[in-house]
Amino acid sequence: MDKILEVRDLNVSYTTEGTLFRKKEVQKVLKDVSFDLYAGEALGLVGGSGSGKTTLARAVLGLLPRYEGTVTHYTPRPQVIFQDPSSALNPARTVGWIMEEPLLIHGKYDAPERRRRILAMLEQVGLSEEYLDRHPSELSGGQKQRVLIAAALIVRPRLVVADEPVSALDVTIQAQILKLLAEMRRRHGLSYLFISHDMNVVYQLCDRVMVMQEGRIVETGAIDEIFQHPKHPYTRQLIEAAN
Amino acid sequence: MAKQPVKNKNPFAGNWFLTAGAAITVFMILFTLLGQIWTPYDPSLPDENAMSLAPSPAHWFGTDSFGRDILSRVMNGAGTTLLIAFLVVLIGGIAGVIIGSLTGYFGGVVDEVLMRICDLITAFPSILLALIILRIMEPGVKNVVWVLAILFVPSFARVVRTEFARCRTQNYVKLARLQGAGPFRIMLRHILPNVWPVLLPAVSIGFNNAVLAEASMSFLGVGVSASEVSLGRMLYDSQNTILRGAPWYALTVGLVIVLMILGFSLLGEGLRQRNR
Repeated sequence: MDKILEVRDLNVSYTTEGTLFRKKEVQKVLKDVSFDLYAGEALGLVGGSGSGKTTLARAVLGLLPRYEGTVTHYTPRPQVIFQDPSSALNPARTVGWIMEEPLLIHGKYDAPERRRRILAMLEQVGLSEEYLDRHPSELSGGQKQRVLIAAALIVRPRLVVADEPVSALDVTIQAQILKLLAEMRRRHGLSYLFISHDMNVVYQLCDRVMVMQEGRIVETGAIDEIFQHPKHPYTRQLIEAAN
Repeated sequence: MAKQPVKNKNPFAGNWFLTAGAAITVFMILFTLLGQIWTPYDPSLPDENAMSLAPSPAHWFGTDSFGRDILSRVMNGAGTTLLIAFLVVLIGGIAGVIIGSLTGYFGGVVDEVLMRICDLITAFPSILLALIILRIMEPGVKNVVWVLAILFVPSFARVVRTEFARCRTQNYVKLARLQGAGPFRIMLRHILPNVWPVLLPAVSIGFNNAVLAEASMSFLGVGVSASEVSLGRMLYDSQNTILRGAPWYALTVGLVIVLMILGFSLLGEGLRQRNR
C-alpha cells in the first residue's frame, strides 16, 4: 500500500512565558510520536482531553510554528474538518462562496466548471442547490458540518484530518455525518486521520486506531484487535467509558 | 433543532434608533443637496430692505444683518460642513481600515509601532490639537479636512484592529490558510466582510464627530476661511447678533447642526444595536 503520511519522532513542547513571579515552564505536549498512514486508510486517534490529539493534528496540517521530528506528506495539501462547524464557516459568506473559494485559490477551473463541481459536491453531501445562497447562520449543525465536508473535499484531497468532527452534534446527526464520511471515503479513496475522544465513534469509521495518553501513543493496532484485546490499561478505560 | 432565522428581515422593525436616525439623516442630506442647486433666495446677496428680519413666512429662518436669507445660507452652507465630514470620514476611514487590518492581523512590531502612534494622537484632546495645528496652518476647507482626517484615523484603526485580531483566530481563517490563501486574500476576502457590521456604526459616529468638530473649529475662527460658508462659520458670524436682540440666526443654525448630529448618532446607535 502507498504510504501518504509519515510522522517520525515528533516532539512538541509549549513554553509558558515567565513572569516576575512565575518561572518559565516547558510543557511537553507530544512525546516521540511516530506513525504511518496509508492510502485509503482511516486511522483513528483516541485520547482524553489534553492528551495532545489536537496538537498532533495541527502538526500534521503544518499549523505548528515549532516542532522536533519529521512530518512527511506524500500527497498534496491535506484538508481539515474542524470540530465546531460554527466558527469554521465564515459568517459573512454564503455556502456557495465558501465552496467556491478553495477552487478559486487553486485557480485551475473556469466559472462554469467551478459551478459544476460545486453543485456535484453539494449533492454528494446531501444538500440541494437552494443552499448555495444561504449563510451559515441559516443552517443547522448537521448542515454546517456537511458544508464543511463539501468545502474540504472540493479540492480533491487524498488526506483529510478530522478533528472531533461529530462531537458537537446530536447523536442522530452524528450517525448521519459518520455515514457520510464513510461514503465519501469509499467514493474518493480518501484517507482519514480521525480524532475523537469517543471509542464508539472511532469504531464506526476506522480501520486502525492509535491510543494517546499524555502526549504519547500507548497502543496502536487494528480496531477489532484493540476492542477485543486491549493491552494498555488506558485503552481499557476508554473502551469502558464508551460502553 | 434547526433554528432558521428569517432571512432579509426588515432591519428597521423594532429598531427605533435606526428608524429615527435614518429618517433624520436622509432628510438632512436631501436638505443639504437641495441647497446646492436651489435655495429660496440667493444665499450671498445682501438686501438693504430686509436687514435683521425675524422669522416670517417670507424668510422662514429670518435674515442676517446684511439682509441675506438665513434659510438659504444654511441650506447652502451645510454642504461645506457635510463635504468636510464626508472627506474626513473617507480619508480617515480608509487609512484606519488599512492600519487596523495590518496591525490586527499581523500583530508584533508593526502593531506596537502603529498603535503607539495612534495612542499619541488620541492622548491629546482632538479639538485642542486641531486648533493648535490650524493656528499654524492657513484656515480653509482643505486644511480642516486633512487635520481632522488624521485625528480620526485612530478611532477607525482601533475598531478594525480589534475585529481583525478576533477573526484571525477563528477556524475559518485557519481553514483558508490551509487551502492556500495568502495573508492579503484572507484579510480582504475572508475577514473584511466580517468587519462591516462594526465599521458602519463607527462611520456614522465619525460623521457625527466631524460635523461637530467643523462647527466648533469654525465657530472659534480657525476652521474654514471667511470667504467660505459652513455651519460653523455661520455660528461664528451669528455671535454678535444674539445680544442685539436677533437670536434666530444662532438658533436656526444651531438647530440644523443639532439635527445633523442627532441623525448621525441615532443612526450609529441603531446600527450598533442591529449587531446584537
